[in-house]
Amino acid sequence: MSDHTADGLRGLVAAFLRTHDPSGDRTGFLRARFDAGLAWVHHPPGRGGLGAPPHLQAVVDDAFAEAGAPDNQPRRNSIGLGMAAPTLLRHASEAQCRRWLRPLWTGEEVWCQLFSEPDAGSDLASLRTRAVPDGDGWVVDGQKVWTSLAHEARWAILLARTDPAAPKHHGLTYFVCDMAAPGVQVRPLRQATGEAEFNEVFLTGVRIPDTHRIGEVGHGWRIARTTLMNERVAIGGRPLPREGGMVGVLARLWRERPDLRTGGLHEEVLHAWVRAEAARLAALRLRQLVAAGQPGPEGSAVKLSFAELSQRISGLEVELRGAEGLRHDDWTMRRPVAPDLLGRTATYRYLRARGNSIEGGTSEILRTIIAERVLGLPAEPRVDR
Amino acid sequence: MTDLLYDSDEEALRGSVRALLTTHAPWQRILAAVDADAPYDAELWRRLVDQTGVTGLVVPAEHGGAGAGFREVAVVLEELGRAVAPVPFLGTVVATRALLACGESTLLRQVAAAERDVALAVGLATAPDAAPGAVTAGPGPTLSGRVAGVADTAPRGLLLVPTGDGLYAVDAADPAVRTTPVVSLDATRPLVDIEFTAAPARRVAAGEVAATAVRAALTAGAALLASEQVGVAQWCLDTTVDYVRQRRQFGRPVGSFQAVKHRLADLWVELTEARAVARYAAANAAGSEASLAAALAQAYCGPVAVRAAEVCVQLHGGLGFTWEHPAHLYLKRAKSAAIAFGTADRHRAALARLVDLPGPGTADGVTSRCTDR
Repeated sequence: MSDHTADGLRGLVAAFLRTHDPSGDRTGFLRARFDAGLAWVHHPPGRGGLGAPPHLQAVVDDAFAEAGAPDNQPRRNSIGLGMAAPTLLRHASEAQCRRWLRPLWTGEEVWCQLFSEPDAGSDLASLRTRAVPDGDGWVVDGQKVWTSLAHEARWAILLARTDPAAPKHHGLTYFVCDMAAPGVQVRPLRQATGEAEFNEVFLTGVRIPDTHRIGEVGHGWRIARTTLMNERVAIGGRPLPREGGMVGVLARLWRERPDLRTGGLHEEVLHAWVRAEAARLAALRLRQLVAAGQPGPEGSAVKLSFAELSQRISGLEVELRGAEGLRHDDWTMRRPVAPDLLGRTATYRYLRARGNSIEGGTSEILRTIIAERVLGLPAEPRVDR
Repeated sequence: MTDLLYDSDEEALRGSVRALLTTHAPWQRILAAVDADAPYDAELWRRLVDQTGVTGLVVPAEHGGAGAGFREVAVVLEELGRAVAPVPFLGTVVATRALLACGESTLLRQVAAAERDVALAVGLATAPDAAPGAVTAGPGPTLSGRVAGVADTAPRGLLLVPTGDGLYAVDAADPAVRTTPVVSLDATRPLVDIEFTAAPARRVAAGEVAATAVRAALTAGAALLASEQVGVAQWCLDTTVDYVRQRRQFGRPVGSFQAVKHRLADLWVELTEARAVARYAAANAAGSEASLAAALAQAYCGPVAVRAAEVCVQLHGGLGFTWEHPAHLYLKRAKSAAIAFGTADRHRAALARLVDLPGPGTADGVTSRCTDR
């Protein structure tokens, strides 16, 4: 336990850097960093960590960054790092963790998530992709949608129905699917911005060995909830300086272009600035709560506010630009690994922001979750349980 | 980085204040006092001062105080807001801030020891950037003029009165000081109009020192009021959630209807943010960030408390509209607090100046629209 202080961890990083050249082979360096327990310091030893408090991760990341060491390019594998890894850590076997966690963390293997279906969006538990037992494994048939990174991914976390007779939340099982397996077909899904961040994934007679099942048969929903909770925390998690996000783009435009200013828009810009700063401080407070070991439900608030603000601010920016707001940069179907919210035209931000209140749980579903799980209000009468 | 959490000392202070208020300031008692037209609870104030020493919280030890800080004051204010307690704590803190800025050791000692009640004689609605009032000094060491809508004054307390040229101490009990109670929107924060007719006065500070002290005091007031507003909003949310869980219509709890749930979820999100803003404002109530923190606090937290109280009335249905239910006490507190120390709009105008987001027709960013108010 003596190493589990900021200074102790900085010492470990320094010692590691004495024996590993940060300018040498990138993959080799990252693998060694994982093996030294300096990947996810809160993971147990052997799984990339040291069993240290989670808030010390930032200390380690900063120490490596200062030394000019390569990072694992977290944006390229956001689903793997943000959702698959925490789920594997909590629910996978020792052998499964040994197989998957290291190449996931180093970025050698990108992951995606096969959850949503055309007829199972907010009501995810109604999904219909079937997994049927077959010898020492399973055969999977179905269609998934809104899968980011499917075209890059080596592995997918997959939720499939194994017992159609059981009540819908009890008939699901959690698997890891090989995206290179025969029968997996990935097609780009073009979105309102013109690009295709997401995919449709068709699964036709895909064989999954039983050793790729995570947790018990029929426990898929419970395990998926770990993934979804992490998704909500992952979105909007980084600390921003004042005017660090989209509101900074708006504020700079306002300052640089006095010709665009009107009284009504001035009011709206000030309202948006205040709202953005309040949301920023709330996100900062959430991080402090987590670092102090008191993680609360505030993550849902951060996600809801982020969606509302990005929509309001980007809409305001398009309007403020007036005639320029009529011009878009490019409708080409690109294949980005993540949205480029600050680099493109205001019209792109406006269009992409519409997705913020839909992806990762719609704002309506989030409000219901807050009301029921945070405030303790009774559930609505349901006909599907 | 500003610590936005509560530490264990602050939680302990909260616990003792809440225990005292639960025993001695239940809403039934406050409502009865409002009915009797005598809402100011001198006995409660005495208990609070004696048992928790709140008047000395921000007074440094060298002036006989506890040497704590505005963060602790803010926690007390959260609890006072939660109880709509009719005690003059906020006004005392504001006046104390002015005395601190003037280095008035003798008066600070009296305040810390709770030997003297003290209030800043400006209208409750006065924003930190407002011009001084209409009281003038002279002839000799006297003041004349009128100040309207002053909160948290005590009958035998001391008034700190700003004029164009300084800050003066006046005994509220002097016959040349006439105090007239106002019928105020928020009866739990009584207001008075004060008329000075050649009232004997002692100058505490002059010129720029006095002006800076008054501005610092009002800035702290705006920043700290946010914590009271968080307390008000938290009570409204908690009480409404409890009610809609047990109130049944159409054969089910009304809290199971999505229209009700989503309003409360939105309120919870706003309150989560308001708490972060109020903690930020409390931690920065007296530093280089004070003006910005105070303006942000009142631009955000005031309207949140008002919405919380309005939702509370609405979701209690007919019950929420009755005199017998305490919701109206919180509605009145929230609405008047949204005007206290300047409206949200006024604070947005201040922010426009502070963060360089000038209005139209002001290309250089120097003249923003708030200077012509």
